[in-house]
Amino acid sequence: MNFGAIDPVLLIASLMVAATPLIFAAIGELVVEKAGVLNLGVEGMMIVGAISGFIIAVETGSPMLGLLFAAIGGALLSLLFAILTQLALATQVPSGLALTLMGLGISSLMGQDYVGVKPPTMARLDIPVLSDLPVVGPILYSHDPALYLGLVLVACVWWFLNRSRAGLTLRAVGENAEAAFALGYKVVRIRVLAILFGGACAGVGGAYISLVRVPQWTEGMTAGIGWIALALVVFASWKPGRAMIGAYLFGGVTVLQLNLQAAGLAIPVEYLSMSPYIITILVLVFLSADRSSAPGSLGRIFHASR
Amino acid sequence: MITRRILMASVAALGLAGAAFADGHAKTKVGFVYVGPVGDGGWTYEHDQGRLAVEEAFGDAVETVYVENVAEGPDSERVMTQMALDGADLIFTTSFGYMDPTINVAKKFPNVKFEHATGYKRADNVSTYSARFYEGRAVQGHIAGKMTKSNIIGYIASYPIPEVIRGINAAYLHAKAVNPDVEFKIIWAFTWFDPQKEADSAKALIEQGADVVLQHTDSTAPQAAAQAAGNVVTFGQASDMAEYAPFPRVSSIIDNWAPYYIARTKAVMDGTWESVDTWDGIPTGMVKIGEITDAVPADVKAEALAMVEAMRKGEYHPFTGPINKQDGSAWLAEGETASDGDLAGMSFYVEGLTGDIPN
Amino acid sequence: MIALEKRPEPSRWLGFATPLFAVLATMIAGGLLFAALGKDPVAAIATIFWEPLFGEFAFYYRPQLLVKGAPLVLIAIGLALGFRAGIWNIGAEGQYIIGAICGAGVALAFYPFESALIFPAMVIAGAVGGWAWAMIPALLKVRFGTNEILVSLMLVYVAEQLLASMALGLLKNPEGFGFPGSRNLQQYPSAFNADLIANTGFHWGVAAALVAVIFAYVLLSRHMLGFHIRLTGAAPRAARFAGVEPSRIIILCLGLSGALAGLAGMFEVAGPSGQITIDFNVGYGFTAIIVAFLGRLNPIGILFAGLLMALTYIGGDIAQSQLGLPAAAIQVFQGMLLFFLLAFDLLINFRLRWQKGATA
Repeated sequence: MNFGAIDPVLLIASLMVAATPLIFAAIGELVVEKAGVLNLGVEGMMIVGAISGFIIAVETGSPMLGLLFAAIGGALLSLLFAILTQLALATQVPSGLALTLMGLGISSLMGQDYVGVKPPTMARLDIPVLSDLPVVGPILYSHDPALYLGLVLVACVWWFLNRSRAGLTLRAVGENAEAAFALGYKVVRIRVLAILFGGACAGVGGAYISLVRVPQWTEGMTAGIGWIALALVVFASWKPGRAMIGAYLFGGVTVLQLNLQAAGLAIPVEYLSMSPYIITILVLVFLSADRSSAPGSLGRIFHASR
Repeated sequence: MITRRILMASVAALGLAGAAFADGHAKTKVGFVYVGPVGDGGWTYEHDQGRLAVEEAFGDAVETVYVENVAEGPDSERVMTQMALDGADLIFTTSFGYMDPTINVAKKFPNVKFEHATGYKRADNVSTYSARFYEGRAVQGHIAGKMTKSNIIGYIASYPIPEVIRGINAAYLHAKAVNPDVEFKIIWAFTWFDPQKEADSAKALIEQGADVVLQHTDSTAPQAAAQAAGNVVTFGQASDMAEYAPFPRVSSIIDNWAPYYIARTKAVMDGTWESVDTWDGIPTGMVKIGEITDAVPADVKAEALAMVEAMRKGEYHPFTGPINKQDGSAWLAEGETASDGDLAGMSFYVEGLTGDIPN
Repeated sequence: MIALEKRPEPSRWLGFATPLFAVLATMIAGGLLFAALGKDPVAAIATIFWEPLFGEFAFYYRPQLLVKGAPLVLIAIGLALGFRAGIWNIGAEGQYIIGAICGAGVALAFYPFESALIFPAMVIAGAVGGWAWAMIPALLKVRFGTNEILVSLMLVYVAEQLLASMALGLLKNPEGFGFPGSRNLQQYPSAFNADLIANTGFHWGVAAALVAVIFAYVLLSRHMLGFHIRLTGAAPRAARFAGVEPSRIIILCLGLSGALAGLAGMFEVAGPSGQITIDFNVGYGFTAIIVAFLGRLNPIGILFAGLLMALTYIGGDIAQSQLGLPAAAIQVFQGMLLFFLLAFDLLINFRLRWQKGATA
């Protein structure tokens, strides 16, 4: 066994990459849930984003354009969910699951001609002096631009939810839709916008996988990460900062267990593989002393009846 | 009510038998059962290339059908039965987990021929076939041992099954032979398919000093990680992964099922099909070594090609003694080659590898 | 402008008619999709819906509907009880796996000893295994207030790792030449969950699913406990005033759904599947969530929803093989079916009205 082989600086740098798709997807879903809507279709929106972004990036040669269209792709898929749950007043849980089913299918159909294609690489941000700093350089200043975009997104969403008037409205809608409606807020419109935002974020998260983290296109390549993102929102008690910490924790344990294996740690591999999930549960048990609860009307159908 | 049930059951039995004898169609119908999507770029993709080669080879004389994403267990049994009912003459079942279902269905359709990949149960109308990928691993090991500067070779393994363990041993023995200081770091991903985990595994290995990464998983994620690192050598797995050539991907092992699929289809057409146990490698082309690029020094490339040629002629066996097991006990004596039985069920590391095989 | 007007009473006939509308709408939309992929839409639709039920080989596919539908129904029944009470067990897949491991474990411990007691012992082990796995989120929720969605979901992944390790280690077939996977229980008469009547697909798991449907129906509509479950979901505070102990309902609902999922896993491993393998689980636990809601959380509805899902799987595989439709197109088709079923449910509770001017 050789722990010296594990370089903590590199470990942190790579866990940040591992966590980024989770951050995008979880933050998007967090906003959706804050508006009182539970969209279980994150996995579907992510994979549609992954292929939309991949196709555009390959065809145009621009990964950034790819990310933009990933957002559009994810949002378009989530529009189906919005129509179903906000206009047709369908139950949200199965609607989200149906969305995942559709997203997986649609993405495979879209991606038929893109198997084995190599996408253009996203250049890392190399800032002359900062990137070369000993410890903070690799951790803070040598990533791809999309990773920073994720961090900015967390900050923006935090500000939006806690400091802006529109955020207050959104939370009011999520807390008690009937009361918000009585106060004259357009509940349905706000929720639809939140759903679209969630879809766009999930799409970008998916494209981060297909364009940066892996990068390639194969069917079903998100391999369940959307479900982890959903779980993280709960884990975070609907707080953006905590969602980010949760993503780092999960990504960190995942990366760490692989590093421990490579270093030859004498713990059976199957237990190491379970560890990210078990540790997430354990941390949640410790955190659950904090009883900040879910948005009041989460998952409930709203209809303005007179 | 009861009589009706009995009637239905006998109709069912007749129906099954009837379908099996319904050999009136002019075209030979060949079915393929896939465990993944044809767009997986790896295992299933290569089997589907084999199917397309069959269509190409026989044109209008054959009809091929396939079902993808078929779960092992009752779903696969149903899909196979359905293909047989629809008049398939030959069915390829392309995953180890289809073993018992294949045997079950074959019993019901004695006139339909079945070909099960990577299993060990046969019947009068069930053949098995598999590829000696370890021959390719030996070549990789040789190149890896020569090219590593850090003397650390990373290995991304999927599940601890004989096939994977064989690959690790073959690669290690040949790396060690040309570079006594070489050390293997092995990560068991415990998944067949999770590109993100493969990316993380490759990164972890590279960060811990590996400058060659071998993979027994099918995605190109490790190739991309190696490319980002800049000075890490990789090899394509399952498919050529030529999009990462000439560097980091310096060569590859390609699953090439086409010759076998064409031969077996031909055998059914000619009425010469027999149940066989096929375990082919480089000699028949079932295992193909992808182009060794110029990133490999010319002398190393020549040695590697010589090894391939020796295996092709049957002059060299990658497991030739003396070889000891990990615990130091003797396995093969000087000059002795491993028996197929030993190889098929291989569940131990050879001497020099560190760490334990999970369970 | 179309406006929605709530019906004073849910429409009864529409409750039966909307699923038919939805299937029709799916046929049209799905047909367009298939046509866009260059396939004959009529043939495709007919293959999916007609072939398994009334086609040439229906004698084989009809029993398969039971084999495919039974685990879905069994799991969905348990989930629906919890969903009615507002308890979100998303991890039935994990409970299904553990039930299978426990059931198979008991059988393999006795192998090759033959006894009529082995199968009942497996049934108990399967139920207890699933129950115990579901007790983890239940107890954590009751004791620490931990969210059951997250815990039950995470435990699915833990169960999958455990399954792999069992298939590669403890339960590996000693005569399997080192290959992964357990002995096949189909070849162990005392443990084999065979068809009760040959070639009907009617094994003990199907019987259990039917019993569960009846049991849940009676519980929900006739029994005080069922009323408490519904009350807890609809009005938690009122339930507390009525003397319903929330933690009791949590333990009961999660435990029941876990036990049923465990049973489903056990019947599957002992019968149709036969083996513990790395990829033993095929997503029944997740599909059952859809089935539960498609059946409107009503036991009878779940029975039909489970069979409908099974039909699209079986018909979809036939369409793949006969018409060369990609699996992805079938997936989209299933998604469409769910969408339309969910969307048309609107008509049961609401009337559509033409109205002038804007509304909410």
